[in-house]
Amino acid sequence: MVWEILEGFKRAIELVLSGDPTVIQITLRSLYVSGAAALLSALWSLPLGLIIGLKDFTGKRFLKGLFNALLGIPTVALGLILYLVFSKAGPLGFLHLLYTPQAITIGQAILITPIMVSLTTGAVEAVDPEIRDLAKTLGASEIQASMAVLRESKGGVSLAFIASFNRAIAELGVALMLGGNLRGVTRVLTTTVALETTRGEIVLGIAMAILLLLIVFGVSIAINLVQRRTT
Amino acid sequence: MKIKIGIGIWAIAIAIMVIVSVAGTAYYLGAFSQAARGRLVVSTTTSLYDTGLLDVIEDRFEAEYPIDLYFISVGTGLAIEHAQRGDADMILVHAPSEEFSFLKEGYGVCRKIVAYNFFAIVGPEADPAKIEGLSPSQALTRIVETGRSGGAVWVSRGDDSGTHIKEKSLWEAAGFEWKTLREEDWYREAGASMGKTLQISNEFSAYTLADMGTYLKYQSEQLIVLKVLVGQGKELLNVYSAIAVNQTLHPDANFDGAITFIQYLISKEGQGIIEEYGRDQYEQSLFYPAVSLLKENTDPALAQWIKEYGFLNGSECPPEYRGGCPELYG
Repeated sequence: MVWEILEGFKRAIELVLSGDPTVIQITLRSLYVSGAAALLSALWSLPLGLIIGLKDFTGKRFLKGLFNALLGIPTVALGLILYLVFSKAGPLGFLHLLYTPQAITIGQAILITPIMVSLTTGAVEAVDPEIRDLAKTLGASEIQASMAVLRESKGGVSLAFIASFNRAIAELGVALMLGGNLRGVTRVLTTTVALETTRGEIVLGIAMAILLLLIVFGVSIAINLVQRRTT
Repeated sequence: MKIKIGIGIWAIAIAIMVIVSVAGTAYYLGAFSQAARGRLVVSTTTSLYDTGLLDVIEDRFEAEYPIDLYFISVGTGLAIEHAQRGDADMILVHAPSEEFSFLKEGYGVCRKIVAYNFFAIVGPEADPAKIEGLSPSQALTRIVETGRSGGAVWVSRGDDSGTHIKEKSLWEAAGFEWKTLREEDWYREAGASMGKTLQISNEFSAYTLADMGTYLKYQSEQLIVLKVLVGQGKELLNVYSAIAVNQTLHPDANFDGAITFIQYLISKEGQGIIEEYGRDQYEQSLFYPAVSLLKENTDPALAQWIKEYGFLNGSECPPEYRGGCPELYG
């Protein structure tokens, strides 16, 4: 086992250094599909998290509980449901999205919504409430005051974004069910690891897994550095 | 001042993220702009894909035809399900009984038998049930007896794949009810691909039914130490067919593309690739071409086996299921 992992490490380095077009393509596709998913999800998750964090309304606790409960939604379950929705015989079949990278992006965007909402809510709630009041007394509108809070909590919000991106790029179920693991179209890092393992190409599988880990760690470290410099 | 610099860096970080995603999108739009090429989605059994055969066929086919092949590698059961829902344009499968109902229910047309090989009962070198060289029925009976006394383990695919369907029919032929066997503790269901099932069998030193293609690949790469104990023989015949999705049922399926690809598979070139694949690496073919064998009757006994097992009403595809592709049956 140790030998295989070491061999996988060697192979991963070789693959990256040799600029193997397939590996680079798969890696870029993973980054693109999951990066787009994180951005897409941010469109609704950040405002949602901000509202839940700042406003008091009936059902707030229920909503927070709901998103917390959905944090661990199994990717295969979501993948299966969305497969049925996007299948040609399904309600959104006319969009012809099944087995496209866009389908994976949409699926992952939904998958990471609870994470982004929950972490954003938490980050916003952690900001001293006086900042909002202060902004308001200084004549800021409701939206301007919210933006002030958002600026204060940018560390937590960026963490929410990165954690969501990492969850998206590291998941398998949605990518497999909605993407179909088509070579050159929807094959991403996780589905490649799964495929190469069943094909018996263990070393290649480990090499791809190592690439995936490097991305996940790399992104986290980069964000950490940015945060440290801004605070 | 300090705060301003901080926001500047933050803005740069966001700008980089936006640029990367926009560049990625542009890259993708570029990659997809070759609209002149058709797209053919083929739902296929894992054994053809996981052995790497279809990758070779894909490269050769795409170089000659303006059609991009997209393989979805699943078990035969799921492949048929995909095609029924209209999510695939054609299927490559190996479960004649399921294929017949697929044709009869009107989902599939233009079936062609493209290749064959044999299943094998593989197991540990020690062979605790002493099945080596027996007939499949005798071997399975011995495995049940030894299993019930705690001396042997059987691992089943358990995933409605072509191999799993074959396994069930073998149990039936040996006089056992698969539904009752699966409740017994020596009988384990993997619910996984052939490769995974072989690895699991290897871990448990268990017996299992494998297609020779996947077995040889795993064996030669020393991922398993299991041995072929019962191979060859009529009962273990494995026949691979291509079937197009009926265009009257799914008008937007790429029917013409499917027929072009099926024609390629049964052409001299396609059959040649099937015959040659893996020969250098495994010292024998993983799959054997079926077209000339059936047409020219080069091996009458074997051709007869294929006909008995893989033909419906005396034909690989009765005339009523040949709508739109008479050229395949010249």
